[in-house]
Amino acid sequence: MTRYLLGASAAALMLASIASPAFAQKENDTLRISWREELPSYDVYYASPRESVLLSRLVWDNLVDRDPVTHEYRPLLAESYEWIDEKTLEFKLRRNVTFHDGSPFTADDVAYTLNRVSSPEAAVVNPKMVNWIGSVEKVDDYTVRILMDEPFPAALEYLAAAVPIYPKAHYESGGPEGMSANPIGTGPYRVVEAVPGTSIKLEKNEDYFPDSPKGQPHIGRIEQRTIPDPQTQVAELMAGRLDWIWLVPPDIASRLETRPNIKVLPGETMRIGYVAFDTRGTSGVEYFKDRRVRQAVAHALNRDAIARNLIGAGSSVIHSACYPSQFGCEQNVRAYEYDPDKARALLAEAGYPSGFSVDIYGYRERHVTEAIIGDLQNVGIRANLNSVRFATFKEMNFEGTIPLRHGAFGAWSINDVSITMEGFFQGEEEDTIHDPELIAWNSEAKQIVDQDRRQELYTKALRRIADEAFWVPLHTYVTLYAFNSDLDFQPQPDEVARFYQARWK
Amino acid sequence: MVAYVIKRVGLALLVIFVVSLVGFLALRLTGDPAVAMAGEASSEADIRNIRLQYGFDRPILIQYADWLGRAVRGDFGVSNYFRLPVSDLIMSRFPTTALLAAFSISFALIISIPLGIIAAVRQNSWIDRLALLFAVSGQAMPNFWLALLLIVLFSVTYPLLPPSGSGEWVNFIMPTIVLGTHAMPALMRLTRNGMLDVLASDYMRTARAKGLRWYTVLFKHGLRNAMIPLVALTAVQFGFLLSGSIVTEAIFALHGLGHLAWESITRRDIPTVQAVLIILATFYTLLTLLGDLLNAWLDPRIRVS
Repeated sequence: MTRYLLGASAAALMLASIASPAFAQKENDTLRISWREELPSYDVYYASPRESVLLSRLVWDNLVDRDPVTHEYRPLLAESYEWIDEKTLEFKLRRNVTFHDGSPFTADDVAYTLNRVSSPEAAVVNPKMVNWIGSVEKVDDYTVRILMDEPFPAALEYLAAAVPIYPKAHYESGGPEGMSANPIGTGPYRVVEAVPGTSIKLEKNEDYFPDSPKGQPHIGRIEQRTIPDPQTQVAELMAGRLDWIWLVPPDIASRLETRPNIKVLPGETMRIGYVAFDTRGTSGVEYFKDRRVRQAVAHALNRDAIARNLIGAGSSVIHSACYPSQFGCEQNVRAYEYDPDKARALLAEAGYPSGFSVDIYGYRERHVTEAIIGDLQNVGIRANLNSVRFATFKEMNFEGTIPLRHGAFGAWSINDVSITMEGFFQGEEEDTIHDPELIAWNSEAKQIVDQDRRQELYTKALRRIADEAFWVPLHTYVTLYAFNSDLDFQPQPDEVARFYQARWK
Repeated sequence: MVAYVIKRVGLALLVIFVVSLVGFLALRLTGDPAVAMAGEASSEADIRNIRLQYGFDRPILIQYADWLGRAVRGDFGVSNYFRLPVSDLIMSRFPTTALLAAFSISFALIISIPLGIIAAVRQNSWIDRLALLFAVSGQAMPNFWLALLLIVLFSVTYPLLPPSGSGEWVNFIMPTIVLGTHAMPALMRLTRNGMLDVLASDYMRTARAKGLRWYTVLFKHGLRNAMIPLVALTAVQFGFLLSGSIVTEAIFALHGLGHLAWESITRRDIPTVQAVLIILATFYTLLTLLGDLLNAWLDPRIRVS
């Protein structure tokens, strides 16, 4: 018996010695992070997952940066910017910036990168990010002009989001494949090793330009590993083999919170949930042409309960059809409080005292759609659940065949309400309302750069959306972060984890 | 034998063809790939462009014929997601999956053959019952559940093994146990039943009556005959392990073919899904075919009937 015990302990010791050390990497100054999405390319113009934006901020810089707290635009690779006219934006560039390979940053790099990625042949994955750019002209070595075919007032917001500048020589010779294999930028971290889709290792850029509004990086090394399963990520975090994960499923997060060396933080995001109607009867269902019916739905939904119980800590109820920090997202709009009696009264007034039956479509959180169905049932509207795939949902919206839908919109973290208006209230794309006034106001706001006038137009539009109850905005979404409690990390609503600002406690 | 081989090979080719056709149609039925590729904030024009660019606007059978024509020449097209040739992607992912399947089948055989023999020799003893219990639970327990239990035990409670990654051989220990455990029960029960049949046969009694040593009787006369069906089953199980490692690969973050298939389905990367599907189906069919042919070669009764 003793012999067996000895053998077993020897085997255990052997296993222990081959496994990697399981303690926090604060001592090694290495931040070990993990995400689930496999990036198809490290050229961020060819990778749609949001993680690619995280990486882009580490390795590259944009022309401008948006302060995550004050939402002000600060020149980043630019020194200053100026609207020459409604279709021309001029940038004076910094002179003290070098790429990781030692080559200097100049106007040629900006012009080449932007002209290349904005051409239709480049076929980037998020064309909306750059297709507003007509062409880019070099004025002198440190001055460039972006020329637009149409006025594009949200230009700075897009440039600050995910439009990094690449070194011309490297991008010209290697293209997206070369950039993915050997990512070179000006950013606070340089790439040491990039294994496609699986892992990437970064090292602090000691020569990062000192006056960058992003600040100087603190942590020495960052190592990313792609782990597709959330449970495995959590096990790695608990075993001390990872320091940071995100998008933690809520049920796991609540159990993680009890671990002493792990901090779980909910971060509100710019994604909002909504219920929307077919207000024109294109689906063959006429009920929602009547404003009173739409208002009845707005009063029937217990949004507080949905946000608190189903989405969880950090989520807040919204009344305007946008995320509050977005430019133009007017908050002073009509709010519909939870009041089933009022809902029933409105339905009776509209001629449906005993309610009606209707199909509701959803593609995301099924349990939230079910809660909505429960609330509607309570006032007499019998909604039948149709859970469909996102592609089907979107296609049906284009065709206008959905009478009642539960959806969500992340606005791509663009902090300007134009992206939401364009998508849903401007007569195009997924607009199932086609309200002439909304179309007129929103189209005008899209064409001018006078921010006061834009604010005025969007205020009118959002108030009308609320008054008419074209949409019932529900709540904001929450992303759950879990990380080593030695790490000082602050999430932001735009869901861009800024590791260059993180530090060890 | 020649007629038998031709018949089996023809059948195998037919199976592969049907799998590819059904897979192709099923992928299209689950929604417009162009909409999924264009993403959340895309306009109708973006989607139309993608449809034209990838030829999704053509009749589905034409699209299939086009794909098949290139696939038989080894050209699986370009991944919508990675923008790389699908064949390159598959070549880079296949070794991990093949290694895992080889480890798992070896592990399964090492455990299940001896256990099956012991269970047969000591029929109805406690060890036979234990083996039965083991077989039933191994078959019944879902892969992901066993995987998570192992992770909790060996990575969180006792941090001995890494829960994810594929860089070192230690990364393969837990995935091998998980996949191997799933393949084991069938192999073990077949060994046991085969041995029981053989043990009751006349030539075994004769061998024993001749005064041969028990292990000579058991291994030289018994096991050899009991092995015949096991060879075929091992081939089939190996094919199953190659194609059935999707969940295991995802949990242990092994970037193999199964994981590629799973991720490609959620990304609606149709060229990749189709290629992986057809390759896995081909492997499975070929290994089953190999099992059949081996059986026929070992046991003349099969090829005659």
